[in-house]
Amino acid sequence: MKYGYFPGCSLERNAAAYHISSMAVAKPLGMDFVEVEDWNCCGATEYVSLNLIASYALIARNLAQAAKDSTIAQLVAPCSACYLNLRKCDSYMAKSPALAEKVNTALAAGGLAYKAGTLRVRHLLDVMVNDIGCEAIAAKVTKPLKGLRVVPYYGCMIVRPGYSGQASFDNVEQPDTLDKLLAALGAEVVPFSLKAACCGGHMTQISEATGFELIRRLVKSATDGRADLIATLCPMCQLNLDAFQGPMNRFCKTDYHMPVLYFTQLVGLALGIDAKSLGIGSELVDARPALAKIGVEAPPEPEGAPKKPKRDDKSLPMPRMSAV
Amino acid sequence: MIENTRVGVYICHCGSNIAGVVDVAEVAKWAAGLPHVATSQDYKFMCSSLGQELIEKDIKEHGVNRVVVASCSPHLHEPTFRNACARAGLNPYLFEMANIREQDSWVTADKAEATKKAKALVAAAVSRVAHQEALNSLFVPIDPNVLVVGGGVTGIQAALEVANSGHKVYLVEREPSLGGHMAQFDKTFPTLDCSACILTPKMFDAGNHKNIQLLTWSEVEKVDGYIGNFTVTIRKRARYVDESKCNGCGVCQEKCPKKVVDEVFEAGLGYRKAIYTPFPQAVPKFPVLDRENCNFFQKGICKVCQKVCPTGAIDYEQPDTLMTVKVGNIILATGYDLFDARRIPQYGFGRLPNVFTSLEFERMTNAAGPTGGKVVLRDGVTQPKSVAIIHCVGSRDRNYHNYCSAICCMQSLKFAHLVGEKTGADVYQCYIDIRTPAKAYDEFYQRIINEGVHFVRGKVAEVTDAARGPEEAGKTIVQVEDTLIGKQRRIPVDMVVLSAGLQARADAKEVGKKFGISCSADAWFIEKHPKLDPVATMTDGVFVAGACQGPKDIPASVAQGAAAAARVLSIIGQGQIEIEAATAIVDETSCVGCKECIASCPYTAIEFLEDLQKAHVIEALCKGCGTCVGTCLSKSIRLRHFTDEQLVAEMIGAMQTMKSFETVEVQ
Repeated sequence: MKYGYFPGCSLERNAAAYHISSMAVAKPLGMDFVEVEDWNCCGATEYVSLNLIASYALIARNLAQAAKDSTIAQLVAPCSACYLNLRKCDSYMAKSPALAEKVNTALAAGGLAYKAGTLRVRHLLDVMVNDIGCEAIAAKVTKPLKGLRVVPYYGCMIVRPGYSGQASFDNVEQPDTLDKLLAALGAEVVPFSLKAACCGGHMTQISEATGFELIRRLVKSATDGRADLIATLCPMCQLNLDAFQGPMNRFCKTDYHMPVLYFTQLVGLALGIDAKSLGIGSELVDARPALAKIGVEAPPEPEGAPKKPKRDDKSLPMPRMSAV
Repeated sequence: MIENTRVGVYICHCGSNIAGVVDVAEVAKWAAGLPHVATSQDYKFMCSSLGQELIEKDIKEHGVNRVVVASCSPHLHEPTFRNACARAGLNPYLFEMANIREQDSWVTADKAEATKKAKALVAAAVSRVAHQEALNSLFVPIDPNVLVVGGGVTGIQAALEVANSGHKVYLVEREPSLGGHMAQFDKTFPTLDCSACILTPKMFDAGNHKNIQLLTWSEVEKVDGYIGNFTVTIRKRARYVDESKCNGCGVCQEKCPKKVVDEVFEAGLGYRKAIYTPFPQAVPKFPVLDRENCNFFQKGICKVCQKVCPTGAIDYEQPDTLMTVKVGNIILATGYDLFDARRIPQYGFGRLPNVFTSLEFERMTNAAGPTGGKVVLRDGVTQPKSVAIIHCVGSRDRNYHNYCSAICCMQSLKFAHLVGEKTGADVYQCYIDIRTPAKAYDEFYQRIINEGVHFVRGKVAEVTDAARGPEEAGKTIVQVEDTLIGKQRRIPVDMVVLSAGLQARADAKEVGKKFGISCSADAWFIEKHPKLDPVATMTDGVFVAGACQGPKDIPASVAQGAAAAARVLSIIGQGQIEIEAATAIVDETSCVGCKECIASCPYTAIEFLEDLQKAHVIEALCKGCGTCVGTCLSKSIRLRHFTDEQLVAEMIGAMQTMKSFETVEVQ
């Protein structure tokens, strides 16, 4: 299926591995990505609070560029911030004709125009799980991630409630599409209460204590869950948890070692693509020890590790998860 | 129109409700000049005895033979004035009401415009009433048998009241035993008396009453007929136990090898066998075999129950049976469902082991429950040292239900007391507002405050197991904004109880349709009048009681059960009942027998006469809605009291008056 593809700035730099791995899995999964021509920054998280009209014009320029190609009906963004901004801009332009008019006046200066609703903005995870489907992906898995304990981490941006009556593609409080996808890859999905919690965004630059505390909670919780690594779908989350894990350890006087990979890298590994072609190795917290587990028997648990409690005869049943 | 039409017009002040806006004296004076008006007057309160006597006197002494009262909505006082006419010997259908309050004085402050509209409405009524015909009401006999649907405390109460008065009751219950939700509870607020101790005697009485035929494990399939004459089809599902042989010894369930989680009576917190009675005091005592989980039915081997049964009561061949009963009145007491707490994933029910729902907690504290009444964590052994109780789960929340579930505050306070009594644990109540508005309820609240329970005012954001530090390790953490101190709090506890709200039964709309009554947007059954007729419905002969009409505690439910029974008994006592005469009638000379009307009738009040090939309206069923009149292709159906000429006359009266005002303004 053909999709417009909006990489966004981070996928050119710090999240290059996300771009490389997305491209690597696109073909085997039958996703035909056409990169938007001459795209620009989406404004990320802050610009909207500085200048509303300018920021929407900036975002809408990308929508207009993408909509030039009339064979494209859907625009895919792998970055959560880009996804949120593109989606928000499209729906706000639909809701407010006044905004749409101002934005289009700005776009006209560059000979562009965008009519709200022309494109359907999707996140890469949404496309993989809902268009391709977990079953179809599972059928293509050649090297299941057997024995790998993975934390599904969504971050706070892709779960924001739907805009313009378009429902969010997943539960906004406890999403589970990534859980399903990882399970389809054969991984052991670690129950993770903080799956939609904030990674700190740019707080490391504004208030170190706040930013590091938010990172610490996530890394601690993943470690408490005996995870081998965290799977993420957002460049901001990956940057915070990976690049700032060391500084966080120093600041909080902790000693965590929790690798953070993009979910597309794990999809690629399961499809049998070699690690190098997926950009693995560019992460700062070394993922190789964790990845060594894949395809081989899981090593015995080290002494002293908390054992999974045995089910006692007196224990009460857990509630069924489907409604009665 | 009869010769010598003499209309009496009466304009009501309704205190200042109407007279404060409408110039009533002017309207009365003006109406005197309308065609056929013999007398026109205004009066302070037409609904008072003196006001009604005014009408009666004019009919008797001044030859008034048509009456128009301009006052409030016909919903309120049409019967009052119709009765006044009847007392004076005038057919009540020669009366017409103009609503100059709800549709005029209450909706504008503009006195001149309001007076104009009052004139138009009065003129419309005067014009219409001249064309009205005397109609005679139909009387139908009442079958004294009564159907009660739902065997919870409300249905039991209703059934006992009716049965004690000497009338036959069919009591239908979907589950294997009577008892409903109340049978699951341990203690009842605010007195903390034992729920089973006060309920089981009633269950026993209902189960053994000579006038009550108990039909458990049964459901109503079909309802036909109308008030006084319902025909009801009931499906009695196969128990696979011959009730005539079974002595309720319980050996079958003791020996049955198949253990399954009991999602209904134990709320998923305990187990039962494939053949079971839900609880020891079940009425009737006969067990039910759950086919879906039975080894014999699923795998073809086992039959242990049959082998051990001392009376040979197990019958794997038993079929469902359909029975048809005739009743005159129906009481629905179908109860509620608990809000499904899985719908709020951030509260962790189903995900975090030590998050429980209120119903699970009820079973846990019940001495006959899965833990023998011990308050323990999901591991079944550890006593909690701290417990948080979260209020308004699914209630007062625009994402789920806007309404207040009415019972959860008191229930949560009761839980706090029970936790304290059984474990000595610290209890935190996370509430939005505490609502305790009934006899001895607030006193109970004060008592719980004095027991040292912590009250945290704020809506809980999330319940999590993600510990931030060693003090939270292994705990279930409640994140809540304490709005009284203006701070976010994280309260690490061992156990969380979600006070889930009440919601309408999942199949309430379907059931409502079956019995011809409607549901609110939240799927609660709608009563005839929220204040003055709380247990009747818009369908005569069908009553609602208890939580199926809206969230209710036990005292209110029992009161409604008894109230519904009293309403039914008063109808039975009349022996026959008057049916509104404004019904549709088919002109058989022009009816072509196309049956379009039959399909259109929402009350299934039209039958097809096969011999004549004509449609025929069953007057006792017809509600006079007029749908068939609009549907009939050959214009063969007429609605009495709403005939074309009456409606046209009404419109002409209104429009001519409005037109006359325009002319004046132009001049």
